[in-house]
Amino acid sequence: MPRLMIDGIETVVPQGATVLQACESVGSEVPHFCFHSRLSIAGNCRMCLVELENGSKPIVACAFPAEEGMVIQTKSDLALKAQKSTMEFLLINHPLDCPICDQGGECDLQDQAMGYGFHSSRYRDNKRAVTNKYMGPLIKTIMTRCIHCTRCVRFSTEIAGVKEMGMLNRGEGAEITTYLEEALNSELSANVIDLCPVGALTSKPYAFVARPWELKKINSIDVMDAVGSSIRIDTRGSDVLRILPRLHEDVNEDWISDKTRYACDGLKQQRLDRPYVRKNGKLESTSWSEALTTAALAIKNLQGRQMAAIVGDLVDAESMYTLKRLMNNLECPNIDCRQDGAKVGGNMRAAYLFNTTIAGIEYADAILMVGTNPRWESALINARIRKRWMAGPIDIALIGKKVNLNYDYDHIGVGPKTLVEIMNGSHSFANILNNAKRPMIIVGMGALARSDGSAILDTALKIASNTGMLNSGHIDNKKNSIPIKIWNGFNVLHTAASRVAGLDMGFLPHNDGRDVAGIIEGVKSGTVKLVYLLGADEVDSDFGDAFVIYQGHHGDRGAHIADVIFPGAAYTEKDGIYVNTEGRIQMGIAAVFPPGQARDDWKILRALSERVGETIPFSTLECVRSALCAEYPTFSTIDAIQPAKWGEMFGTSHVITDIPFTYPINNFYMTDVISRASRTMSECTEAFVLQRHNSTCLSKERQIDKSVVG
Amino acid sequence: MLKDKDRIFTNLYGWFRSDIVGARERGDWSNTTEILKMSQEKIIDVVKSSGLRGRGGGGFLTGLKWSFMPKEVKERPHYLVVNADESEPGTCKDREIVRHDPHKLIEGCLIGGFAIRASTAFIYLRGEFYNEALILQKAIDEAYDAGLIGKNACGSGYDFNVILHRGAGAYICGEETALLESLEGKKGQPRLKPPFPASIGLYGCPTTVNNVESIAVIPTILRRGAGWFASIGRPKNYGPKIFSISGHVNNPCNVEEELGVPLKELINKHAGGVIGGWDNLLAVIPGGSSVPLLPKSTCDEILMDFDSLREVHSALGTAAVIVMNKQTDVIKAIARLSAFYKHESCGQCTPCREGTAWMSRVMQRMVRGDADIEEIDILEDVTRQVEGHTICALGDAAAWPIQGMIRNFRPEMERRIIAYKANQQVKSIT
Repeated sequence: MPRLMIDGIETVVPQGATVLQACESVGSEVPHFCFHSRLSIAGNCRMCLVELENGSKPIVACAFPAEEGMVIQTKSDLALKAQKSTMEFLLINHPLDCPICDQGGECDLQDQAMGYGFHSSRYRDNKRAVTNKYMGPLIKTIMTRCIHCTRCVRFSTEIAGVKEMGMLNRGEGAEITTYLEEALNSELSANVIDLCPVGALTSKPYAFVARPWELKKINSIDVMDAVGSSIRIDTRGSDVLRILPRLHEDVNEDWISDKTRYACDGLKQQRLDRPYVRKNGKLESTSWSEALTTAALAIKNLQGRQMAAIVGDLVDAESMYTLKRLMNNLECPNIDCRQDGAKVGGNMRAAYLFNTTIAGIEYADAILMVGTNPRWESALINARIRKRWMAGPIDIALIGKKVNLNYDYDHIGVGPKTLVEIMNGSHSFANILNNAKRPMIIVGMGALARSDGSAILDTALKIASNTGMLNSGHIDNKKNSIPIKIWNGFNVLHTAASRVAGLDMGFLPHNDGRDVAGIIEGVKSGTVKLVYLLGADEVDSDFGDAFVIYQGHHGDRGAHIADVIFPGAAYTEKDGIYVNTEGRIQMGIAAVFPPGQARDDWKILRALSERVGETIPFSTLECVRSALCAEYPTFSTIDAIQPAKWGEMFGTSHVITDIPFTYPINNFYMTDVISRASRTMSECTEAFVLQRHNSTCLSKERQIDKSVVG
Repeated sequence: MLKDKDRIFTNLYGWFRSDIVGARERGDWSNTTEILKMSQEKIIDVVKSSGLRGRGGGGFLTGLKWSFMPKEVKERPHYLVVNADESEPGTCKDREIVRHDPHKLIEGCLIGGFAIRASTAFIYLRGEFYNEALILQKAIDEAYDAGLIGKNACGSGYDFNVILHRGAGAYICGEETALLESLEGKKGQPRLKPPFPASIGLYGCPTTVNNVESIAVIPTILRRGAGWFASIGRPKNYGPKIFSISGHVNNPCNVEEELGVPLKELINKHAGGVIGGWDNLLAVIPGGSSVPLLPKSTCDEILMDFDSLREVHSALGTAAVIVMNKQTDVIKAIARLSAFYKHESCGQCTPCREGTAWMSRVMQRMVRGDADIEEIDILEDVTRQVEGHTICALGDAAAWPIQGMIRNFRPEMERRIIAYKANQQVKSIT
């Protein structure tokens, strides 16, 4: 614990801290560009030079270790002169085109030039100009503005795990580029835009859209995958203009995936902004009153068992709960929140959660992945696994189709056979799991959403029990203070934001009710005559002759087959509770109003319940929440994880087939109604999934450049 | 004046054989086994007490540098890296050692490597030295064949390998940490210090980087004793040193002389004097392109050693003496050096990347006089802003020659600016 003096204030910092951290601890601000707490230290911008007493020259605060007895001056003449000189050097070749720069208003260089810049330039020669680089459909480059801090290079090589970005040439000719101007093929690529301290890398879809001071900023939660990243929604008027990451150490750190960031332009396309009723085979827009009456009539004519309800992937807990209450009142047992048919759920909460937690991955020492491609199913969990892999030796194995995960792993099999071998102990990886102190198993939807899913879940649970993944009590607290008191290495990786909330509140078939497959079968046989789809667009059926009520926000598959459409609100337009794959309860906040006549989903269900004569006594969202929390207490603690208890869930003897696992996501960029409606996401699909990028995009961009030049 | 019996590099001019037979005739490898029987601490003590200062430019005490290495080898091996990436303009001493006395270097690697408990020495040779690489590799092979290095080197029981690596011609790779990066196969960019190579160096292992000449003199110091070495030269600047004399002299040459030899004697005695006579001397860059030049008035009296040159705001550097007589356009000469540093800056850190280009541009205009008088002060200020603010010493090296010129030749710069302006006025009138 070195004790040092900074600007006359004494401070004690932890061993290994840098001078910059020490300065921050006493509130002395030191300007910097290249330093970022999550990236390796480069020390190349030279902005954080400070004076060290008795030192021959100023030191870089970001890289210099704090040592006992140091005396640091951050505002002395020497330090200020050094900082101002660096600023002058940075500005001599910077175009100073702030009025036409998208970074304006949130630019580190602009801000710090206010404090450390000279009023005018002493540089009389021509400035350097650098050609722009193609980096894919998301990142716009104006490389003349680049100050070569290499944050983007360090992010892509260290965190995203793509090696295509780097600095070419040397001296004044140094240029940041992707090698051969390939698009930056990473699901996290757009984070370099946030990292760029200047306007060299800006957002292509957001180019020239708005200035930061025009925006209203709302903190909310993302629903594009089951991670539940913390996001900030920036809006102007009724438009969501962009989505940015918000720091959450335990979930997404500083990053979000490209889908989270850019699918938001899909919120303006294909929206359902008024109710529809099918008349003579055609959907016609109508009034709320007529739509509700039509739906209520259809419901009233049927028995509970003749109806069914399916919940989609983006639905908030409150709406789901209201629908469940309605279906209970109608005595309908055919309800399901697993539109992909995953064989999860039930009383043992630990059997469907990501129990280790996302932050807990960093303490694992062996990971077995079963039927999951985390890079596409949850890019941020993949980034955590990579972070763990970077930190030190770890055994990672995958059962399923071989994919590029941006870290090394053993590909030990493609189907359930290998999993059974590990359970029996006949596979060599079983030993690795046995010998590991904190082993993990991650079971994906590719392994569970299939006919033998529950048998595979059983097998995985047995592996977890047999190899000491549960509270082995061997947590070595001496080495590092581990926040997890009980180690639970069993993890299910969900892909749907609504899934865990649905399972937590038991939105599952009961009393011999039908699950999704059963509902489809029932529709075929004519026993199920009405299907209520709450944002469910991924069910593989058109529900034949059954009466389909679709409630949702996009005119996608569900709306096309519907007889009545209730326009609901998207996640940016409603307050709602979501539970991520860890079982973390998080609250999303409305940033804008739903378009047109669309309404909050729970309100629609409340209105419908009145029409069918089964009024649910909810008058406000708070009523829904208090009823939900009273019935299911896990929902009552926001942003907390209640560790799930482990129990015995074995015994069901199912047959395991040997069909290889297939992954649930074929295209990372289009997984739900919002991303399917998004133009940016379709461009990403073209560029990264269909690989139709470089030559055409590049030449197009070059043409635009030429037209601007002359 | 160095006596012939005190010369270390007795084949500096390639008059004799450079192979192992010739080397043995000159006394190399004669009692290496006995030297290796000394303890590591003892060898370091001898080198320390000899007062040998690094011959690569910095002038840091070699023995002291070695003593920073960990005292025992733990899980990470130790490495000795020999910096043979001699690229400093004007300097050509290491090239001659590799060409004509490669066994002195290899023997030095073994003894120095033994002293710092290194398992391997890497010799990073400048890429342009193709023929030298052939000679050095042949000498390494000879040493392996003779059992002098490799397993049980010289029968001492110590295993030691020497590996030759050729660079690709970047000046910055002569900076010790950039050299390590390059040796690891990465882009040659200097690392941040601390940590210093002695704790985290090549492949993250404790490493010492030494210049060719520093390593090549080690066997002789151990044979003839620290006292002998310290008896040559001036206090704190002991031993003989190879000087490379180039530029406007009648006989450009490499010569081994004692430290502290008067510059005038060095030039007149060994290099045949300045072209046009001593009074035709304009200035001398005493230590390779990176150090500030000396005006003639200083050259008359100055002694060539680390401390004397520091007193006159210059440095011994690599002891490459570049002589300029009065027919030289000194501004153009320094502008050429500025262009060199602009070209060789790695581009990693801001002051060097932007500063070298800025200085070079202004210098190009100064050559014509196309500038304002105030710009001389701005230029001076820019050099101060680069100096000491960069990751490695290249920024300093780019700044010092300009500082030296402004200090000593400011009237010449002003004259040129005024002449240019006058000429422009004439043009605009006619």
